[in-house]
Amino acid sequence: MIDGLSEFPGMSAVHDALAARFGSVLLESTFAKKELSVRIQTESLLPVVTFLKSEQGFNALSDMIGLDHPGIPAEGRMRFSVLYQLYKYPAHLRLRLVVDVAEGGDIASVVSVHPAADWAEREIFDMFGIRFAGHPDLRRIYLGTEFEGHPLRKDFPLQGKP
Amino acid sequence: MSFKELELNMGPQHPSTHGVLRLKVTVDNEVIVRIEPVVGYLHRGMEKLWESLTYPQILPLTDRLDYIAAVANNLGFALAVEKLAGIEVPKRAQYIRVILAELMRISSHLAWIGFQANDIGAISVLLYGFEYREDFLDLFETYTGGRLTINAMRIGGVPHDLDGGLIGRIWKTLARLPKRLHEVEMLLNENRIWKHRTQGVGRLSAGEAIAHGLTGPCLRACGVPWDIRKDIPYSSYEDFEFDVPLSDRGDVYGRYLVRMQEIRQSVRIIEQALERLPAGDHIAKVPKILRIPAGEVFHTTEAPKGELGFYIRSNGTDKPERVKMKSPSFINLQSLPLMCRGAIFSDVVGILGSLDIVLGEIDK
Repeated sequence: MIDGLSEFPGMSAVHDALAARFGSVLLESTFAKKELSVRIQTESLLPVVTFLKSEQGFNALSDMIGLDHPGIPAEGRMRFSVLYQLYKYPAHLRLRLVVDVAEGGDIASVVSVHPAADWAEREIFDMFGIRFAGHPDLRRIYLGTEFEGHPLRKDFPLQGKP
Repeated sequence: MSFKELELNMGPQHPSTHGVLRLKVTVDNEVIVRIEPVVGYLHRGMEKLWESLTYPQILPLTDRLDYIAAVANNLGFALAVEKLAGIEVPKRAQYIRVILAELMRISSHLAWIGFQANDIGAISVLLYGFEYREDFLDLFETYTGGRLTINAMRIGGVPHDLDGGLIGRIWKTLARLPKRLHEVEMLLNENRIWKHRTQGVGRLSAGEAIAHGLTGPCLRACGVPWDIRKDIPYSSYEDFEFDVPLSDRGDVYGRYLVRMQEIRQSVRIIEQALERLPAGDHIAKVPKILRIPAGEVFHTTEAPKGELGFYIRSNGTDKPERVKMKSPSFINLQSLPLMCRGAIFSDVVGILGSLDIVLGEIDK
């Protein structure tokens, strides 16, 4: 059981349903600041997101967030994480899914489930160089085609490359 | 019938794109076949820059995102930092924040009505809208000293207390507003050209709107009663009585109706906040150098444009490891191609305007 989650029956029901359905796909669950965050196996992302939308009512994708943690790979984690902020309307519940991806690896695109992910995935590709397999039109969104590198990676210099 | 598709380029410098937005439009005669927004002309790398700054240093930079409604960004970021750091904001400061945020919402919606009417050809409404907005900018100037990028929040509260003189001027400004809104509505509500250019244009169903992540007045114009101020209240919004204006039209006219009603609801909120303004401090005691223990938080607020979210990840130092901003304009602009299905070319400016986008927060 996760600390404090039982006080929020809506969230804990979702977590129980996820655990019952996917079991070992769930790698780590945390509940802090009243936010539930579930790390799952990268290859199971699409089934989990589809299940959450069609059976648990998480019908909106608020945002997608890319993270670069260059120091972490030692403990079984990979260099990048992508976070999915899902929203359940009209119950007003939030859930954060976390998947890890190695440098050069790719993640399944969720555009087919959440059309709102289209530009969000392009932004993460632009800023971190993470590829989304199955995205209809994966290319840079902010920077020009001639731009080299991915600026939000921690090893990209703050003042840009000369 | 033989025809040829024609590709047209609109922007990045175009009077009706509200900044530097480029649209690649493919038309078949007058009818839109495809439309593709191209963004990034204003990209300043804010998120990268924020990783090198301390939390209080980031706050004034958030002004430059949605520069039509700077307070909304300040508030969103301050609340996310406070949630992460566990800072309790005094009740008086929360009320002052609500007053400032709602004044900003009115000012943003007034600017929007001016821009929108101007895009469609009713130039006089632009002059009315901007004249009325001026009153609100004057209030912000009195409070912070700035008019556009005003940095009206601090982590833990607000920079100054509201004094009696300013409160009196807020009351006076609000008292003038109903007559002015009536003037705008007299010009537009039953105006044949306005109705012809907005009714049934840019229609979107509630299901499509939710799936494409639409938020804010555009979503409520599709009949979805989703307002974060009501659903997940922050900064004491639960203390105030207000309605969430809705329209089931889903078109540009519906978005206009919703925004006009939202202005009236904001007036109600401000009046209640002014009447019940609690005594106390206007800012919490926050250490000069704010080090936040490792953690992450995603906090959203109802900005004039829609759901404004900040994801902040801290690592125990005085600088964040990562700040990601969920900008409502960025997500809302994604539905432009959907809204332009089957529209004619001249409706594109009207539909684009009705989304109320600001390129400052799209490009970050």
